[in-house]
Amino acid sequence: MPQTQTHTQMQPTAGAPAVPAIELRGLTKSFGSVRAVRGIDLTVRPGEIVAFLGPNGAGKTTTIDMMLGLSRPDEGTALVYGMEPSSAVRHGLISAVMQSGGLLKDLTVEETLRLTASLFSNTRPVAEVLERAGIADIAGRRVVKCSGGQQQRLRFAMALLPDPELLVLDEPTTGMDVTGRRDFWAAIREDAAQGRTVLFATHYLEEADAYADRIVLVSHGQVVADGTAAQVKALVSGRTVRATWPGADVAALQRLPGVETVEVRGESVLIASTDSDAVARHLLTSTDARDLEITSRGLEDAFISLTTEGDQS
Amino acid sequence: MSTATASAVPQRTVPPLGGFNTTLLRLELRRLLRNRRTVIFSVVLPVVFFLLFGTGKDYSLQSAGPHGNWAASIMISMALYGAMLSTTAGGAMVATERSQGWSRQLRLTPLTPTAYIAVKVLVAMLLGAISVVVTYAAGGLSQAQMDGHLWPETALIAWVGSLVFAAFGVFMGYLLPSENVMQILGPGLALLAFLGGLFTPLDQMGSTFQTIAKFTPMYGLSQLTHAPLTGESPGWAAVVNVVVWLAVFAGGAAWRFRRDTARV
Repeated sequence: MPQTQTHTQMQPTAGAPAVPAIELRGLTKSFGSVRAVRGIDLTVRPGEIVAFLGPNGAGKTTTIDMMLGLSRPDEGTALVYGMEPSSAVRHGLISAVMQSGGLLKDLTVEETLRLTASLFSNTRPVAEVLERAGIADIAGRRVVKCSGGQQQRLRFAMALLPDPELLVLDEPTTGMDVTGRRDFWAAIREDAAQGRTVLFATHYLEEADAYADRIVLVSHGQVVADGTAAQVKALVSGRTVRATWPGADVAALQRLPGVETVEVRGESVLIASTDSDAVARHLLTSTDARDLEITSRGLEDAFISLTTEGDQS
Repeated sequence: MSTATASAVPQRTVPPLGGFNTTLLRLELRRLLRNRRTVIFSVVLPVVFFLLFGTGKDYSLQSAGPHGNWAASIMISMALYGAMLSTTAGGAMVATERSQGWSRQLRLTPLTPTAYIAVKVLVAMLLGAISVVVTYAAGGLSQAQMDGHLWPETALIAWVGSLVFAAFGVFMGYLLPSENVMQILGPGLALLAFLGGLFTPLDQMGSTFQTIAKFTPMYGLSQLTHAPLTGESPGWAAVVNVVVWLAVFAGGAAWRFRRDTARV
């Protein structure tokens, strides 16, 4: 397994040294013979917006459950603001939006929030969280009559009640349509702008790319990459050069420095290289190639490359 | 390091009483009363049974003992039946909440598992009280007659004793994963009521039936509640019956509860 971790070192803000919002050390968890989490280390600093990105079955939910104190790690420790997760929950420091369930069908939206609020020692007003989650207009509706997107917003509103320092979202937009997903993220983003720490699990690359400052890529129960979207992309280094060149001299291209692959598709040629400048210079000065396009490989390439490496082991 | 970092952690407090509060209690009771099936079966049905079988009959106004008539005796039986259904239904709400993932959601709040169960039992007992009061009101307004002090006395015994079935409901709520747990339990409860002599006096049944009945959970409570009316001593067997069944159901509930809330 190649070491592909690139840790971003954010400078702590001036003043008191901040306690990490999340600190996971050597976390492992197995279910029978399935090793769901195989040693995860992760430190999230206050104010970060972190995407926990990985394919289904990568161990994201298992890790989040341990972060929330819903399950106990086999080995390792999970601390939230320096406390046991269950203690952080009781103190209202951490709250979560889970994928599904967790709502009583026979209560209304507002009753659900009043009930949840009654359990904490200090909360934001119910009217305020209704407004912020964008469900003030359906406050009197029974939960059973709410759409999937509305229920998810209700879960979000519930999570906002204790005004947590850290908000954890486990694949919050699963099953939402495009509009619902966009609106949901707009609400989260607005909230995060107030300085709340956010960690969200997702298997949508575009969500991680669009909404996170930092992407933690997990695969097969391990962190395989950790950094900004740009840093994760850079792990699959290089760019692709495409040109129109009938009768391309493939052999000459392959001799250029940094060239990894050369592929001919009809009149086009695609060259993957870590030194795209050299390829471009060669094509424009020494050949008849035209219509050059140079593109960096996307997060998708990084995602596929980094999450499938483990398959061979 | 630890002292420096401690000051950087935002100061937050944990609620008292494990999160137990009256808003929670009120909303939980409202939920239970919103369930039409629960209200019909545990509050309306016992009253209807009382009016059908306890009033307007030849025996209704006949004496069932030195302190009251048969209408009163049947009223007590139906109040017990209602209290049994109410408290079981209240306790069994646990099953619905587990199947809807609400129990898990509550673990993301400061509410402690003990406070949660306390609320379930209290709400179950409140519905049980409503059932007893409504049945007694129907009795008082119709033909039930007994010594004045026996009204509050027998009502109190019936209500407090139905704690056995609140524990039973919670136990079943953890044991059965179903959302419609009362549909499974309903026929079983009717059988227990029958064995407790709530529908037919036990001395009219065969001796084998009577022997079996003595070991079932409604028997002791029924004996204890009817005793002040008939003036007969309920006997130690009845007391032992109630205590043992309460211990069995509460123990079973505690056992399942611990397994359920253990972090795995």
